[in-house]
Amino acid sequence: MTDWVKVCPLGDIEEEDVKRFDRGERTYAVYRVAGKVYATDGLCTHEQVHLCDGLVMEHVIECPMHNGRFDIRDGRALGAPACVNLKTYPAKVEDGFVFIQAD
Amino acid sequence: MERRRSDYRLIDGAGERARSLGLVGAHWYKSALPRSAMKELMARRDARAIGDTILWYALILGAGAVAYVSLETPWAIPAFLLYGTLYAGPADSRWHETGHGTAFRTRWMNDLLYQVASFQVMRRPTVWRWSHARHHTDTLVTGRDLEVQVQLPIDPLVLAADFVGLKLAPSEFVKALINASGHLSEEEKSFIPEVEWGRAISEARAWVLVYALLAMLCLYLASWIPLLFVGLPSIYGAWLYNFFGLPQHACLPENVLDHRLNSRTVKMNPVFRFLYWNMNYHVEHHMFPMVPYHALPRLHERVKDDCPPAYASSWAAYREILPALLRQWRDPEFYVERPLPRQRGAPAIAGDRP
Repeated sequence: MTDWVKVCPLGDIEEEDVKRFDRGERTYAVYRVAGKVYATDGLCTHEQVHLCDGLVMEHVIECPMHNGRFDIRDGRALGAPACVNLKTYPAKVEDGFVFIQAD
Repeated sequence: MERRRSDYRLIDGAGERARSLGLVGAHWYKSALPRSAMKELMARRDARAIGDTILWYALILGAGAVAYVSLETPWAIPAFLLYGTLYAGPADSRWHETGHGTAFRTRWMNDLLYQVASFQVMRRPTVWRWSHARHHTDTLVTGRDLEVQVQLPIDPLVLAADFVGLKLAPSEFVKALINASGHLSEEEKSFIPEVEWGRAISEARAWVLVYALLAMLCLYLASWIPLLFVGLPSIYGAWLYNFFGLPQHACLPENVLDHRLNSRTVKMNPVFRFLYWNMNYHVEHHMFPMVPYHALPRLHERVKDDCPPAYASSWAAYREILPALLRQWRDPEFYVERPLPRQRGAPAIAGDRP
């Protein structure tokens, strides 16, 4: 089991928005939607574009480049051009900070 | 290096050369905008596109009724020209915007209009969805972008035939027949993932079914008239979207990683902007493809100082393009150079590659 990693204060992520988090050579996208936090790989599985520049609509993140869409709760690709699911990671809020269980 | 039209092929074209030069899937220049502004600009809504779509189809139906009652009169020619222009012209921008998923907030509305508009403009939906994704990844990169309208060296007959609709729809019809038989070309397979091949074939079969029913109706009525209403407008109404679309990239340089250099923003009147769904803001659209058409004028205001000056009108754009086309016909190395504003030192955002 990997350790929980502190990402940022919860207030750094607006409601229904996403923030980029880099750790080592990996990049993640961390979301705040309806009072809960979620984490996925940071790059779209279609053409490796950073999802942190995309649009969050409810529980869907939309890639800023080609409209690849994913459900941030389970990483499901929701239609072309996103055909490969996104990897997700456990995320939580503790003492006002966001943590994710990164690889 | 001498230009060859075969360079534009995805297989055995100039694509590998482009890759070796770092032009494939590369980082493109983007004007710096704060995240809050981008979120506001990317926000989706249904109401505007629903209203525009109802108005568009009302115009098509009205023009169709006029065309029908003018049959066997001299007024039939202008009436059908109007009908076909409304049928196919705006279908291009509706195909485009719904393909990006930005026209409506509600997904099924984008998907439905995408299928219908694809049929009207005659672009196979799945094939062109992937082709257009490539156009955005590798805009005007030779051997990677399938949507380069002015290919060098220029063949004026091909270009003219394309402009008046005689190239796209007939070739798409033949390709749909091939796809309907269960085959995709090697080139199509090179940019469409295998998981999508079945969808492309199913859509082609649906098209063939519609055209078969249309042919039977023509035979039953012993008349070409049904084809004048469905099918042929994709050809005789194509001139409008080509008139709007040619300035997007014509005569601008290939193989540059800056949409300010290889795309044009052209000011248009409100009627043109309704018909074209603001795709005249083309530099802005390429920089930020997820900004809906209704927000592009606002995006333009945000980034215009970081871009070359917009063309004042379609006439202003064509005053540059027509002589440039003639020059490119003689000299394929020629291109129009757009003046970039002095760098503001703004860092690029969005779309950074790892």
